Amino acid sequence: MADADKPGSPTNLPWYDLFSRGARDWLRHNDKVRESVRDQLPRLISDARIVDTRGGQRLRVPVRLLEHYRFTLNREAESHGVGQGEVEPGDVLRQARRPGGGDEAGAGGNAEGGIEFVVELTVDDVVDWLWEELELPNLEDKHGGMEEDDLVREGWDRRGARSRLDRRRSLKESIKRRAVVRDGPLMSNEDLRFRQLVERRRPAQKAVVFFIMDVSASMTQRDRQLAKTFFFWVVQGLRRQYRELECEFVAHTERAWRFAEREFFEVAGSGGTIASTAYTLVDELIRERYPPAAYNIYTFYASDGHNFPPDREAARDAIGQVCAVANFSGFLEVATAGAPLEASEMLRLFNELGQVHQRSGSSRLRRDADVWDAIKAFFARSAQAA
Amino acid sequence: MTPDLKDTIARLEELAVGSGLVYDPVDFEEVPDSFMMEIAVYGLPVRMPHWSFGVRYIYQLVQHRMGNSRLFEVVFPGNPNRAYLADRNTYDENTLVSAHVLGHADFSRNNLLFRKSREQVGGRIVEQAAAHARRIEEAIERHGLARVEAVLDAALALEQHIDVTRDVSRPPYPTSTPPRESSGADPFLARYRELAGEAADSTADTPTRPTLPPVPERDLLWLIAHYAPDLEGWERDIFLAVREESFYFHPVFACQIMNEGWACYWHARLLREAGFLPQHVYLDAIKAHSDVVRPYAGAQEVTLAINPYHVGFHMWERLVDRHGLAAAREIMAQDDDFAFVRNHLDESLAEDLSLFDFHARASGEIRVGDCDIDSIREQILAPKFNFGAPTVHAVHIATDGTLELVHDHVRDGRGLALDRACRVLEYIVRMWRRPVQLETIDATGRPHVIALDASGHPR
Repeated sequence: MADADKPGSPTNLPWYDLFSRGARDWLRHNDKVRESVRDQLPRLISDARIVDTRGGQRLRVPVRLLEHYRFTLNREAESHGVGQGEVEPGDVLRQARRPGGGDEAGAGGNAEGGIEFVVELTVDDVVDWLWEELELPNLEDKHGGMEEDDLVREGWDRRGARSRLDRRRSLKESIKRRAVVRDGPLMSNEDLRFRQLVERRRPAQKAVVFFIMDVSASMTQRDRQLAKTFFFWVVQGLRRQYRELECEFVAHTERAWRFAEREFFEVAGSGGTIASTAYTLVDELIRERYPPAAYNIYTFYASDGHNFPPDREAARDAIGQVCAVANFSGFLEVATAGAPLEASEMLRLFNELGQVHQRSGSSRLRRDADVWDAIKAFFARSAQAA
Repeated sequence: MTPDLKDTIARLEELAVGSGLVYDPVDFEEVPDSFMMEIAVYGLPVRMPHWSFGVRYIYQLVQHRMGNSRLFEVVFPGNPNRAYLADRNTYDENTLVSAHVLGHADFSRNNLLFRKSREQVGGRIVEQAAAHARRIEEAIERHGLARVEAVLDAALALEQHIDVTRDVSRPPYPTSTPPRESSGADPFLARYRELAGEAADSTADTPTRPTLPPVPERDLLWLIAHYAPDLEGWERDIFLAVREESFYFHPVFACQIMNEGWACYWHARLLREAGFLPQHVYLDAIKAHSDVVRPYAGAQEVTLAINPYHVGFHMWERLVDRHGLAAAREIMAQDDDFAFVRNHLDESLAEDLSLFDFHARASGEIRVGDCDIDSIREQILAPKFNFGAPTVHAVHIATDGTLELVHDHVRDGRGLALDRACRVLEYIVRMWRRPVQLETIDATGRPHVIALDASGHPR
């Protein structure tokens, strides 16, 4: 900016070549768009396609340009103007649209042709926003001293505070770039690398989360998809927030299996529904590997609420067993086909349990948009049992 | 700049002075396209950063890519005038463009609105705007982007809400009202009070505390800068910087048709009279002229907008033709677009230029009006009223600090777009830091008040 005072100064580089103000303000606009996209999170995360594209994991969100508001007059039903051309008074220059022929807003239609563009977000961005307000409920201190939140260095970013500029790394980038493109400048903005700091909550101690899903025939493809979307965001979020977190994945029909994470998200089954099998398996795993004295234990069970009626007693016992040692037990009723009027079998069971063990809760998923509410119901800070 | 072009400009200037043009020196500079585009976006070579310019920049970039717009020159009036020519102009085009610039320089030196603006803002707007930009950069360093942006959101949103009839550096309102004239002083008033049924003027005896503002205030930038209860010094600076630039932009806006027309008139005339130009240069230059000075649509087509270059050019041609150059110069010095169009765009000219008025209905139908000259004139001028903005006055600052704004819907003929108005109030509240309310009418014509509390929530 120093040379801005003397336009046309006879230095070797003209002052206006030093920077592009337009591009800079455009980037700032995009940052603001990014911020505004956060408001759309509930809609974003209900997009099931994200779950299927693990790996690259970028979301593309269409957005409109932001408007800088000014006082303007109301749009008139009829607007006026002046044009140029050979016409006669009363000529019709454009016919009225036929009723029902498109719902373009207002007069002129193309008067304010908006530019739409696409913002790319990484799943990690979204997860960070999502989990800013969320945490594991009832997390307990199992081994003495609390450890505090800490900032850890994690990777590099192309932007950041100047104090975190990693010179060695930036210079390396510059060398790499110039190895490819010969005549580039010594340093360019693209080369800069900044050390990133990330806030991590250190779990006071270890925790294990069981994700349990009913994959029996009565769960439709749609039901399973919705449950998986829920699990996906929970797993991503917990992983990013808590170190040393164990996740266990269990699916059941009339029997139960333990899955690796990847397979769990692809599993599809058929057959009847015997919920007790899943909880029995979880109970076994707890006994063998996750002693409640050392682990905070969480279970989240997603099903359509049906259970094989003769299994009722067994299910109550098995679930009760797990609930007794768990910090929190969640039940997620997935009912996309329309919820039954009366509470489902499993919901009733969980409500009963809720009376005995305070640390349980349930939520219903009917539509995509419910995913966000369900996550909030289980993990919002205020939702913690006192 | 090539010696050829330098030489041509020198000879054009000689010719211009000989033809009676009076102007301050002009600095010509050739600059790249990218720079021309930024000037088009910001209005000034170096101007304060704000994200809204980024949006305009992208529109401009898209248009440019699609080949819809091409900028030949921009000139910033001042002493010296600063003229920027696009460096991809050909020599022939630059010949035309330089002559055009001389027309602008003559206009801005002599036109009353421009002269007043220059008295107010000074003759070095390019440098001043750059200094504003630098101060704002410093403010960003010191106070953070978010806070500075909040100030600019509000100030730039109110950019057009200034009062050019007052000075840039106008003094604050008087703190005490002058004593009222004693009752007996005016024999007429004394007799009036004796009339049956006239109650005694009770306000005469109560001590008068001046209400703020004493009269409705249209210079919202000024009012907020000086009367916002908790505005910080650096925030006031930004408001006043935006306001100063608005004073500079006003005559450019208010005289666009005249100014562009005048420049076109002179580039055409100077080229015609420039005997020193080789024939092929003249021909190419005059071709560039006819590309610029024509209706937006081609000859056979119809366009729903007028080209101010085309309309202005023909108006000046006719004026000089009929009344002579001296009379035309007089008009140039004294008018703005309102006077110019109302006085000098007559029926026969409107017909020659194929101007027509039209009505666009919500149904999508567009119908040509009755081409009445008054209607054509007023439709040309309608977007230019009040610096192109709705008329909003600050009428009162209440004792609790509430700022009361009123939209003059009678004058504007309809109410404000309510959702936008509400967003603008949100910008204002962040600077005013007390409740703000605005009266207007809604789409059905019923009175509507938007009221926000000090934290920007509806009251």
